[in-house]
Amino acid sequence: MTATVLYLDQPFAQHALIAGALVAVTCGLIGPFVVTRGMAFAVHGTSELAFTGAAAGLLIDDNAIGGALIGALIVAGVIAALGARERERDSAIGVILAFGLGIGVLLLGYYRGFATAATNILFGNIFGVSNDQLLTLVAIGAFVVVVMTFVFRPLLFASVDADVATARGVPVGRLGLVFLLVLALTVTAAAQVVGTLLVLSLAITPAAAAQRWSPNPLAVTGLSIAFALVAADGGILASLASTTVKPSVFVTSISFGIYLVSRLVGPRVSHRNRGSASDTPATDMVGSA
Amino acid sequence: MPAVRLHDASMRFGARVLFEHLDLEIAPGEFLAVLGPNGSGKTTLLRVLLGLTRLSGGVVEIDGRAPKRGSHDVGYVPQQRAFDRDLPIRGRDLVRFGLDGHRRGLPFSSASTRARVDGAIRSVGAEAYASAPIGLLSGGEQQRLRIAQALIGDPHVLLCDEPLLSLDLAHQQAVSELIDTRRRETNTAVVFVTHEINPILPYVDRVLYLVGGRTAVGTPDEVLTSDGLSDLYGTDVDVLNVRGRIIVVGSDDTALTEPGGHHHHHHAAHHLDTHGHDGGGASH
Repeated sequence: MTATVLYLDQPFAQHALIAGALVAVTCGLIGPFVVTRGMAFAVHGTSELAFTGAAAGLLIDDNAIGGALIGALIVAGVIAALGARERERDSAIGVILAFGLGIGVLLLGYYRGFATAATNILFGNIFGVSNDQLLTLVAIGAFVVVVMTFVFRPLLFASVDADVATARGVPVGRLGLVFLLVLALTVTAAAQVVGTLLVLSLAITPAAAAQRWSPNPLAVTGLSIAFALVAADGGILASLASTTVKPSVFVTSISFGIYLVSRLVGPRVSHRNRGSASDTPATDMVGSA
Repeated sequence: MPAVRLHDASMRFGARVLFEHLDLEIAPGEFLAVLGPNGSGKTTLLRVLLGLTRLSGGVVEIDGRAPKRGSHDVGYVPQQRAFDRDLPIRGRDLVRFGLDGHRRGLPFSSASTRARVDGAIRSVGAEAYASAPIGLLSGGEQQRLRIAQALIGDPHVLLCDEPLLSLDLAHQQAVSELIDTRRRETNTAVVFVTHEINPILPYVDRVLYLVGGRTAVGTPDEVLTSDGLSDLYGTDVDVLNVRGRIIVVGSDDTALTEPGGHHHHHHAAHHLDTHGHDGGGASH
């Protein structure tokens, strides 16, 4: 604990905490939409291919974050082009992901820089955040927050009920594209903290945990951000006290712990706040089709 | 002024004609059922009225104006479908989408918005479960909330696309009754696309029947006759009236999807059910 307090004066620790908070806010904000739109695998695919982009970035310009950003944006574009059908999309993402990872491994093979660069992309390097990188993260975070605040309600409508949203004049297709863009940016930023392999622990887990506590979309979003913040900065603080364990391990563990607790004691497990006991659940459809 | 006016309306995709020379005026408060086999253009007609698809020819007007996408002049009730159990949406959020779901920003609610949503929920009798997660509600409960969602903007025309599909009989009755009550109270015209006329037969003023590019308009008694439907389908069709229910039987069942056709054994089952479950699950 004393070590943790000591480190807090250091720029590397401060940068880490700021970066962690930025990433947590953006991930927590988009998480409920990722879950609602059934895009967990798309997030995973985007982040894995951000790895390929980062490897390419390292090789060409020694710039992993720039490469990751480009990689994620390309993947988002491909996912958008593949269309909306969830099942088709998932298998297509699987196909691209496998190939893209192979390319990433190939590219890293040619990289002659620091040997840790590869593991930093895969598992994060939160304590190596430079001033420039921090500025990039601030810009991405600000952009994501502004865009999400702007599109929140129509995107929620489109995510829950695309047909009716279309009928009500919501530009469902365009919102889907905007969301993919935001997703690519968020994933790239999050990969700096937890690495491309563990992005889901900030982009999905806090949102999935938040859903156990409330069906109110605003409350879920707030909780999702709060959980992501606790996991990210909590993990960073915990790792300051440890000399051997990487921060990603703490971040993912805290995130998973919150999820477990939410699942076990969250009020939505069996709670059903409704009056007409004679009614049958929606899945028991009797009668004519 | 009619709530809906179609004049010499036609719709075709390439060489396939869904309907042509269709003249139809729907009066405020009128209940029109749109019937016909799959692919006959029922849903396309709704899309035209929603302003999502343009007619190939002719004129369509809602309240004297061309339909505009997202307009509050029309409300839309879709088919019931299953929601994910964990979906972070309450019934009242779904209802509220009908009011301002298309507007940007965060969905914080003012007192007046809350009051309007509460009013819409009360009007369909959904107070008891409006704050529960939508994924945990029954099909009938969901459709009530859908109706509240469609009506919250006080539309002049309510467009329903198979809203009874996959509901059990008690809920079919309750939901049809609710739509009927509302259109009488607020003089809202109802365009009700359905495979199955029987649940709404007591409320229907007129029927629009679409088959393979041909159309027939009139009261159920005028349109749903053996001669009329045989003409429309171009094959021998019998319309039977059994204890107040209409059953359509074709010599070739595959030619007739619904009403009747391969589903007519269900009607018999429904008939028995009606006595067993009258008012059973319908919560008021």
